[in-house]
Amino acid sequence: MQETYNYKVVRQFAVMSVVWGIVGMAMGVFIAAQLVWPDMTYGIEWMSYGRLRPLHTNTVIFAFGGCALFASSYYIVQRTCHTRIFSDSLAAFTFWGWQAVIVAAAITLPQGITSGKEYAELEWPIDILIAVVWISYAVVFFGTLVKRKTPHIYVANWFFGAFILTVALLHIVQSMAMPAGLFKSYSAYAGVQDAMIQWWYGHNAVGFFLTAGFLGMMYYFVPKQANRPIYSYRLSVVHFWGLIFTYMWAGPHHLHYTALPDWTQSLGMVFSLILLAPSWGGMVNGIMTLSGAWDKLRTDPILKFLVTSLSFYGMSTFEGPMMAIKTVNALSHYTDWTVGHVHSGALGWVAMISIGALYYLIPRMFGREAMWSVRLINVHFWLATIGVVLYIAAMWIAGVAEGLMWRATNADGTLTYSFAEAVKATYPFLFIRFMGGVLYVTGMLLMAYNVFRTATAGDARVYNDAPIPATLAHA
Amino acid sequence: MESLYILIPLSVALIGGVLWLLWWSVGSGQFDDLEGPGHRVLMDDDRPVPAPPPDDLR
Repeated sequence: MQETYNYKVVRQFAVMSVVWGIVGMAMGVFIAAQLVWPDMTYGIEWMSYGRLRPLHTNTVIFAFGGCALFASSYYIVQRTCHTRIFSDSLAAFTFWGWQAVIVAAAITLPQGITSGKEYAELEWPIDILIAVVWISYAVVFFGTLVKRKTPHIYVANWFFGAFILTVALLHIVQSMAMPAGLFKSYSAYAGVQDAMIQWWYGHNAVGFFLTAGFLGMMYYFVPKQANRPIYSYRLSVVHFWGLIFTYMWAGPHHLHYTALPDWTQSLGMVFSLILLAPSWGGMVNGIMTLSGAWDKLRTDPILKFLVTSLSFYGMSTFEGPMMAIKTVNALSHYTDWTVGHVHSGALGWVAMISIGALYYLIPRMFGREAMWSVRLINVHFWLATIGVVLYIAAMWIAGVAEGLMWRATNADGTLTYSFAEAVKATYPFLFIRFMGGVLYVTGMLLMAYNVFRTATAGDARVYNDAPIPATLAHA
Repeated sequence: MESLYILIPLSVALIGGVLWLLWWSVGSGQFDDLEGPGHRVLMDDDRPVPAPPPDDLR
């Protein structure tokens, strides 16, 4: 009996990542439109900005990004360990369990059922389901690492392992609550304590869910797609340990000038600045993998996605530490600049590296030579790039304008501008941001069409698991 | 700031765990070769496997 890699679970997660990507980003465009046309939904509660915004963030981060992480980690851990996934049934459970979490979020959040914690809004029964699915994910992933046929653990797996363990810890600490009925709970923490736990969770979710996991993708798909070894394997190992040792204490930069003790704020600022070093080390490592093969960027749109994502990674990991400096933060905090920064990381880095990885995975998962249309990937690339640039440029201008107008005072100490005047100043830029989002979602729709045509091309609708060469399986 | 009484020990314990992991991985030879693994990933041929023809064509 020929041993095989489990491609089914990778295929399922890869396809759902595209589906949830469209849903989540379309939701983002919808609420961006509400900021331009506030009366758009006639005051219907479940369509209001406040209820749909958490659904947007949950869908793009945990549904789109989560499915892309599941798909790529299951693929990479099998291919680099030369072994089938640890347990097929447990892996299938992580797929169906994760989809159930997403559907539960889509049902509860618009009804206003929320714990009110940013990026962790889901109520306690769903939180328990997340914990069960996540622990199963850890068992499948680390079980596969244990049964590996290679002595060395490839660097991408280190990043995925750190991401899985840390997210488990963050989720459990952040979600501690006392239930008061099926759909209501009270946080175990109160006041500034709750805020500190919230941003310890929030920023480490950025660091481990939205960075470490996607760096795992980067360290596999960039070398594979470019067909060149990573620029410096040594640097990738340093990058991993550097990031792991320094990330944990950046969270307090979300609470500058609040009731949080001053020394904790300064600690958060210093750690945020230190983070620039490992981040840029990783970015340079990824981009320099192409040295001597830059011409591939002209013809390969998948590589364009991967490399552009690294430029956005470099950009947002420079912008982040700058915004964590207290004096800069005094201007940027609570403005649209923050929103722009988040989306430069989310649309530019996280989504683009995922899209590149998905374009790499999908033909393989459906037994095709390549995607149905490479030209369409190229069109998608340009729509996505122009979309992000419009989005973040608009938010920079709007954010700095807001920051300056809010702090402007007259000679007698009164405020120069009323709040509504600052809102009015941002109006054209909110529209440009909406247009950027429309372009980005259009690209995702082209991707879905391309995936559909790839999956249904030819007569064969039987999709097989890939064989593990006997020489590798018994090495 | 009671929350720091949870978060700081938790972070210190975590760093302790990470240090142990680093110690273990260096000791077990994970990082003895820092050139080969980069190349070995490329040697794994994962080009798409064409789907088999439907039964009536076999």
